[in-house]
Amino acid sequence: MDSGWARRFGLAILVHLLLLAAWHLFVVLGEVPKFVMPTPKATLESLFSGNYRWMENIWVTGVEIFGGYFLAVGVGVTLALFFSWSRLLDQLFMPLLVSLNMVPKVALGPLIIVWFSYGIFPNTLIAFSIAFFPIVLTTARGLREVEPDLLDLVRSIRGSRWQIFTKIQLPGALPYIFSGMKVAAVLAVAGAIVGEFLGSEKGLGYLMLQVQVTLDTAAMFMAVILITLLGVILYGLVLGLERLLVVRDARVQ
Amino acid sequence: MPASSEPFIRIEGLRKTYRTRGEDFLAVSDVTLSIEAGELVSLVGPSGCGKTTLLKILAGLHPYDQGTVLIGNPAHPFDPARDIGMVFQQALLLKWRRIIDNVLLPAEILGLPMKAARERARALLDLVGLTGFEDKYPYELSGGMQQRAAIARSLVHDPKLLLMDEPFGALDALTREKMNIELLRIWRESGKTIVFVTHGVQEAVFLGTQVAVLTAGPARMADHFEIDLPHPRTLDVKTEPRFGEYARRIYRLLGME
Repeated sequence: MDSGWARRFGLAILVHLLLLAAWHLFVVLGEVPKFVMPTPKATLESLFSGNYRWMENIWVTGVEIFGGYFLAVGVGVTLALFFSWSRLLDQLFMPLLVSLNMVPKVALGPLIIVWFSYGIFPNTLIAFSIAFFPIVLTTARGLREVEPDLLDLVRSIRGSRWQIFTKIQLPGALPYIFSGMKVAAVLAVAGAIVGEFLGSEKGLGYLMLQVQVTLDTAAMFMAVILITLLGVILYGLVLGLERLLVVRDARVQ
Repeated sequence: MPASSEPFIRIEGLRKTYRTRGEDFLAVSDVTLSIEAGELVSLVGPSGCGKTTLLKILAGLHPYDQGTVLIGNPAHPFDPARDIGMVFQQALLLKWRRIIDNVLLPAEILGLPMKAARERARALLDLVGLTGFEDKYPYELSGGMQQRAAIARSLVHDPKLLLMDEPFGALDALTREKMNIELLRIWRESGKTIVFVTHGVQEAVFLGTQVAVLTAGPARMADHFEIDLPHPRTLDVKTEPRFGEYARRIYRLLGME
């Protein structure tokens, strides 16, 4: 079991290193101009040269991603709880949410910027709006999935609705909540970057647009890698939390 | 049978209809049964005969339209808020809880003292043959073992009445026979009154001190009778002529001769 894990981890590292090597060979052997594609080495060097304000830009994009994401988790789970408590709320708003889910959230970007101007807040909002839907939909579904016979069992000894909720419904919904959170983690990253593309004065997405005009592809590559790393950190946190809270067999694959 | 003038469960002229889309649908009717404390009564019949409905009425989960259902007598007082244990076709264990914590669920819901309940849960896991599996998760157990855990759970709050709805219906034939023998042992050792719903005629006769035969279309109780086969029963009982006669009698009532 343990050696299997080490093997899988080793293979994962290996395939990443192979990709780096392929990238390097492609650029060097293909004599690709550096404004088209930099080598991995040149990309890494951009981290220590020039005036890119990496730390500040990472911080801004990070705040947008994590802020939008945790807002989405908080609001999404809370709304789903309300839906599970009130049939009327569920019947009123669930169809609305399903329609709104169809709206391409990215298309709302320009509007959000009209309403809230540039900056961290509107970009956080875009990340939120795109990450929110999978969370509320999967949580609501998870809260609904209770075996009727299990409810009978609890009711036969006069268990309260609150007991059903805390002992059966909520822990039962946890795997669903996490599956929504995993999808949302990917979306939140995309949302924040799209926001920065549409209008901002800081952040990794903003930086990419800045250096694009000078064909500084090394910095652009570095920015993409850093954005990806932010996403990986978020995803890793969610996976870690899931491992902590959800029993293996109950996890939704 | 304990000496008591009144039966533990008395059902008389029970009838229930559901109303769906303006039409009345007969769910159960003509049920008249007397069950003594400590009996194991089989309810046997096809789908739609009302056996599950009857079980849920006994559990206090469904209202009924006509008739009487009385549970408890002076020797065995019955508290409808806590004296019911239930087992279903699916074990319905909570995947995120260890077996011992699954067994403890009813005790938690009833707010029983947990230290004593935990000891009792361990004793019950011993009783159902799951010693050493306390800290496993449900997915680590086979279907039969999960159902054993479900039986332990149904007993943890020491209910007077155990209601079982086709508890072995999802198991393979061999495991099912094994569980039947196990159930008889658990029943003898725990002394509970059990109402056992099944599709299986053989199972009904093998387990029951009494069998009630229910038919569908319309849903009604066709007959009920005692099974006069000695306890403790082993599989040998199935080869006795009387066993076959009881089974034939049930098949006849079900129109399957």
